[in-house]
Amino acid sequence: MMFLNEEVQKQIREFIGIIERKVTIVLFTKEEPCDLCEETKQLIYEVKALNDKIEIVEKDFIKDADDVKKYHIEMVPSFVLLDHEGTYKGVKFNGIPAGHEINAFLTALIEMSGVDFKLDPYFVERIAKINKPVNIKVFVTLTCPHCSGAVQKAHRLAMSSKFVEAEMIEAQTFYDLSEKHQVTGVPKIVFNDKFDLVGNQPMDAFLDQIDKL
Amino acid sequence: MFDFHIEPIEEKLSSNELYDLLIIGGGPAGLNAALYAKRKGLSVAMITKEVGGQLHNTTDVDNYLGFPLIQGSGLSKKFAEHVDKLEVPILTNAIVTSLKHEDNIFKVTVDRTDTYRSKTILLATGGSPRKLNVPGEALFTNRGVSYCTICDAPFFKGKHVVVAGGGNSAAEGVLDLVPWANRITLVHRSEFRADKIILDKLKEVKNLSIHLNTQILSVEGDMMMKGIRVLDKTTGLERFIEADGMFVEIGMIPDSQLVKDLASLNATGEVIVGADQSTSLPGLFAAGDITNQPYKQIVTSVAQGAVAALAIDKYLKLLGGTK
Repeated sequence: MMFLNEEVQKQIREFIGIIERKVTIVLFTKEEPCDLCEETKQLIYEVKALNDKIEIVEKDFIKDADDVKKYHIEMVPSFVLLDHEGTYKGVKFNGIPAGHEINAFLTALIEMSGVDFKLDPYFVERIAKINKPVNIKVFVTLTCPHCSGAVQKAHRLAMSSKFVEAEMIEAQTFYDLSEKHQVTGVPKIVFNDKFDLVGNQPMDAFLDQIDKL
Repeated sequence: MFDFHIEPIEEKLSSNELYDLLIIGGGPAGLNAALYAKRKGLSVAMITKEVGGQLHNTTDVDNYLGFPLIQGSGLSKKFAEHVDKLEVPILTNAIVTSLKHEDNIFKVTVDRTDTYRSKTILLATGGSPRKLNVPGEALFTNRGVSYCTICDAPFFKGKHVVVAGGGNSAAEGVLDLVPWANRITLVHRSEFRADKIILDKLKEVKNLSIHLNTQILSVEGDMMMKGIRVLDKTTGLERFIEADGMFVEIGMIPDSQLVKDLASLNATGEVIVGADQSTSLPGLFAAGDITNQPYKQIVTSVAQGAVAALAIDKYLKLLGGTK
């Protein structure tokens, strides 16, 4: 059974119609048991079918150790987006981006394809000053309406700085990791496993946390 | 198996244009104002954090005429699709950081950077969750204390959760928690204010304890919340209720910071509006939960949005014509 009915397919086709150049999704799964690996795979293939500039490469979490290392994959299902030149810019999703997170997924596809998200010069200047590795984890639930906005901002930071990697983490699928980070409210945004913010915060708040690292 | 809530395609706002109307806030009031303003031929655009506003914080809506039992996000989608057909530019995921009124022009700054100009403004920013303001609440926020059941209920699987409040939001919060929590305790300082139809549903909830006339004195714990201290106002006795989490559902406080120096507010921070949704500042209108209207309902917000748009159209005509 398809996840995306005809109406949703039509909306998504229109939404991602502005994709400019090729985007590659590198999907990591593993053989059973893997909670939501099959479902995540199905969803991204259903989205791929709606735009011919999207490509998918499948990898195995156990067998493809080099790629796991290259893209810093620590859990599955997980996927990263590569731009038209095959460059990884730090945009990652852990878990299925369904519910409200479909917006973060579709937006990331569009922006990774080269569609300019017109970051204001003020932010460009602040981001240019980042000079050390930054990992941003954004814990979400699929029913959270405020979460995809936080994921989108984190991903924009990743696309704008070679030092930043930003990952959506679907908190229910990765329950142990959520517990480790004491997530009881989402979106919870964790910077280098050190500082955190809760809520769909403005870009300034993200950059303030990065400055503290 | 999965729902997919796709937001409308964003149409860019222009920094060069002088709009007839800029709507700040994308909930029911703002969306209906956009519909009515566009139909009147006004140049209108919307700036919002999220299209749908507080509708997304509600699992089920059962009191909007014509839509018996619809999901909050489903109703939001229907509203947004209707507005989308009229191609109103909507800037989403945007936080308005300042609103200025200079030379009869309103200047709206978003995320401290982009500025948009308009002859009139409709403020429809709704509200944020009201806090209990008791010791420990801030310390344990997101360490057990939460203000969004629809977002955070999954973190309390198999746990004991308190719901604070006695209105419809609190009662619906209990229902949102049923699939997750193994025990729910509702605590409210006075009697229920929720609709009878929702209270009847609560009677069917197993493992629910209800403590009315009970005041929450503090939230306690160490790294995470461990429980709440309460005062039973009937017996005068204090006691501790062990709990893993607490959802505070005691209403909203108006998000009126933007206009505190521009328009008259009442003692609770609501924007004082006239029958045509005008404020004390000519050209600035307000609608929905941010206003001093007593009943905070989807249908009243929608109606206020329509009234505001029609009044703005009239105001602009008196001012000297629209584009």
